[in-house]
Amino acid sequence: MNMSVGSERVQIRVTVNGQVHQREVEARQLLVDLLRETLGLTGTHIGCDTSYCGACTVLLNGEPVKSCTLFAFQAHEADVKTVEGLSHNGDMHPLQKAFVQCHGLQCGYCTPGFLMSSYALLSKNKRPTDDQIRKALAGNTCRCTGYQNIFKAVRSAADTLAAGTQ
Amino acid sequence: MSKKETFVGESKTAGKWVGRPLPRLEDARLVQGQGVFADDYKLEGMLYLQLERSPYAHARITRVDVSKAAAAPGVVCTLTGAELPSISHPFPEIGPGAGQKVEDYALAINKVRYQGEPVAAVVAESRHAAEDAAELVEVDYDPLPVVMTPEDALQSDSLLHDEAGTNRMWHDVFEFGEVDKAFQEALHIVHIGRLHFHRFSSTPLENNVVVGQWNIKEKRIQYFSNQQFPAFAAQFLSPALGVRIDQIGMRSIDIGGGFGIKITSYPYMALCALASRKTGGRPVKWTETRTEHMLASAHGNERTFYDTRVALDANGVITAIESRHIDDCGAYPRYEPLGCIIWAQVLPGVNRLKNIRIDFSQVVTNKCPVGPNRGYSRMQHLWFLERVLDICGHALGIPGDVMRLRNYILPEQFPYTTPNGCVYDSGNYPKMLEVAKELVGWDEWKKKQKEAAAEGRMIGLGIGTTLDSGTNNFGQARIVNAYAPYSGQSKAANIKLDIYGELVLSMGSVPQGQGHETTAAQVVADVLGINPEHLNVRPGFDTEQNVYTGHTGTYASQFAVTGLSAIHGAALKLRAEMSRLAAFALKAQEEELEFGVGAQGPQVSVKNTDKAINYWRLANLVNLNNAELPQSFEDITLNCRYVYKAPFEVPDVKRKYGNLTLTYAAQLHAAVLEVNSETFQPKILAYACVDDCGRAINPLIVEGQVHGGTAHGIGGALMEDCRYDSEGNMLTSTFSDYTPITPMNMPDLRYGHVESPSPFSYNGAKGMGEGGGAPLHALSAALQDALYPRGIVVTDSHNTGDSIFQLFERARQGTEAPVVRVERPRGPR
Repeated sequence: MNMSVGSERVQIRVTVNGQVHQREVEARQLLVDLLRETLGLTGTHIGCDTSYCGACTVLLNGEPVKSCTLFAFQAHEADVKTVEGLSHNGDMHPLQKAFVQCHGLQCGYCTPGFLMSSYALLSKNKRPTDDQIRKALAGNTCRCTGYQNIFKAVRSAADTLAAGTQ
Repeated sequence: MSKKETFVGESKTAGKWVGRPLPRLEDARLVQGQGVFADDYKLEGMLYLQLERSPYAHARITRVDVSKAAAAPGVVCTLTGAELPSISHPFPEIGPGAGQKVEDYALAINKVRYQGEPVAAVVAESRHAAEDAAELVEVDYDPLPVVMTPEDALQSDSLLHDEAGTNRMWHDVFEFGEVDKAFQEALHIVHIGRLHFHRFSSTPLENNVVVGQWNIKEKRIQYFSNQQFPAFAAQFLSPALGVRIDQIGMRSIDIGGGFGIKITSYPYMALCALASRKTGGRPVKWTETRTEHMLASAHGNERTFYDTRVALDANGVITAIESRHIDDCGAYPRYEPLGCIIWAQVLPGVNRLKNIRIDFSQVVTNKCPVGPNRGYSRMQHLWFLERVLDICGHALGIPGDVMRLRNYILPEQFPYTTPNGCVYDSGNYPKMLEVAKELVGWDEWKKKQKEAAAEGRMIGLGIGTTLDSGTNNFGQARIVNAYAPYSGQSKAANIKLDIYGELVLSMGSVPQGQGHETTAAQVVADVLGINPEHLNVRPGFDTEQNVYTGHTGTYASQFAVTGLSAIHGAALKLRAEMSRLAAFALKAQEEELEFGVGAQGPQVSVKNTDKAINYWRLANLVNLNNAELPQSFEDITLNCRYVYKAPFEVPDVKRKYGNLTLTYAAQLHAAVLEVNSETFQPKILAYACVDDCGRAINPLIVEGQVHGGTAHGIGGALMEDCRYDSEGNMLTSTFSDYTPITPMNMPDLRYGHVESPSPFSYNGAKGMGEGGGAPLHALSAALQDALYPRGIVVTDSHNTGDSIFQLFERARQGTEAPVVRVERPRGPR
């Protein structure tokens, strides 16, 4: 690791949506800024700066994290997945389709974060209960939908994914 | 999560697409991270603006020194308040009298008036450089006494705006009917002490963002931002920046929620332009942080209701109300004092009330300026009326549902003219009540409530009936200021058939999640007999490419009426042109033609033949291959603009009388709530919401809007509060303190829909996006129902475990005068 404590700039290597990036970044650069400003992946958003709202949620080695409260260097040698990495060969992920079908979004600003938290949930738990869905999304805030259709979308995607694996 | 849905009334799905729950066309880009929000927008050579803000709520500025900041690495320029009078003008003020004396610049000059007010700006090559340099700005303050309550505002010697000579920015008395006579004849008179509607904000998840560029060579200011009412902002920016309005260009694509809070971002827009000019024309971006948003964007209006007297007859029908209301607009009026008239759109609420006298004032205080937050000004007044109804019901022993049925405007009374001349288009409140009670399980909960009470538990049932008055008549501004240059309401749309046969619609709206692209496509698809995906709807707003009027923006619950009327009108114009052309090309009569979709896509054909012409060929005849076309077709452009103008008149300013809004959507919510007897924490046990927005263009979107408005109301009622301490320090300046409602706090909603088509819109629809704050009414009512047996009157719109505990403590100490007093005069004469 090319990182020495106290240096202003650090070298990092991070895999984002399957692509390896090597960059020199300011030590204070946030992961969300690396994604948005340096790599141009603007699907990840910033809503509160204090890890309450989860608009910045991405997966770090498969775990949902708030990229506004992680430094970019903390993703060194890690695997990051963002909303841009959900579609496969131009085909939307069942979660994305379910959010559209169930009207699980309005302004769409929080949606990438909800999708990533939901993706992490369904990766581990194929058949989440309603309570488990709420808890998995507890760190995400939506100001438009009142959450009802988001819960519905996650249930619907779980059904689709379960049907596909049978 | 069981969810029950119900539908009552006639479904007027006249079209093939209008009326269908079509999934939204805008969603594909948004779920794939391909939306374009303002902070995603970058320009070559873009600079970043960082603000230095006041830590004091009220202080004189004695020194501002930006020299160290200006010398910091990467800094291109700075701006201070002292410079502003030489490079800009104060923003226009809407209010008369004292309001006209307020000087509102984009930065504080001699004093600061709320915590977080911008004092200086630093512009640098990177966001980090701007942030670092802003920390080097030195400001000295001399603190002044703060004004934090309406009482302070009226009594204190401390003035926010010395030049205005008073903290009271507006005052007038609204009197309708025969109030004194009604009190003389009343069987019961109920006196109610101070009631308070708290300050909260729908806090869009995307903060304010502005990219502004003052292009010196082209003499133009170009904005890319998330401003939701650009026509209004331009009318403030043009005089402040000293440019013609056509020199200001505005664009937005996706906006991450607005709820009215993004209407008053124009001071920040001015700053970006001034900073850009100072740098020689480089683009300047300002991205608000959440804490900046909480401190200094806009909050909803706070209102206090004093000395209320209510006259009632023997049946609990309210015959008169008299009261004194003071609205607190924070440090600068900005969109105000429009809120001082907008509540009067719903003067009697949903009730037949005829006699009303309200003494209404608006004051400035050392808090963040307000903005028109979802449910703006009507929600506060409707909450007051619902409180009056419930308190009187409890005082007289009449249940809340019965009180409502006795006071509601009856279905057969529509269109109903209110005492101040507003015309409610349609509605059926008793039916909505019946549906809501059924959905929430009212009768069973009544039984459970009794059983629980025997065990010492506190369960309450409450109803909130509210109005979402939509399509406002700007003429009401003349009632607050007779010289205000506004009236009516309009929206524009443009649809064209382009060279290769592409249909392109540009809307004069500024959507922030309301699904305009989808409902617009549904309307056009029905007019032209095509599928919604055949239409290309330009996302967002663009002064260069879109059409607009002075009312352009998305606010005041109106797109289904004004926006779609404009789009419908433009589509009909285009259809008429296409019909003439097709008749010529196909050598047929127009009456023989049919609009539809053929093997080659959208086309116009001759009925019962195989003769058809596709859109490419039609467009080609006008645009590229036009020597074929005779002179008589030269008026055809296939580029059709239509402006919808709502049928309004200027109100009678002296009498404060006239139709202030075109449509009146209603929502009725029923809530069951329990107060924990140990923690006093309120918990929702069951919740139902019923809406009536006339004909639903897209029921999926309508239900989504109801859910969203309900979440804002529940959050506002039980969690969210813009709280200040006595020195004017904001205590809820992060989301962790403000606690917007989360998936863990949101109850399951049972949803019902009643449909009373509006006779005043072409499509029977009513605007419905604001929702009217029904949860605030329903939850206050449920809480009141739970606590009245304990001798407690709910006086605030915001109630938490802590505040309910305080209510119990005050009741236990018994030191305060009772909030409610019932006076029984001799009886009816």
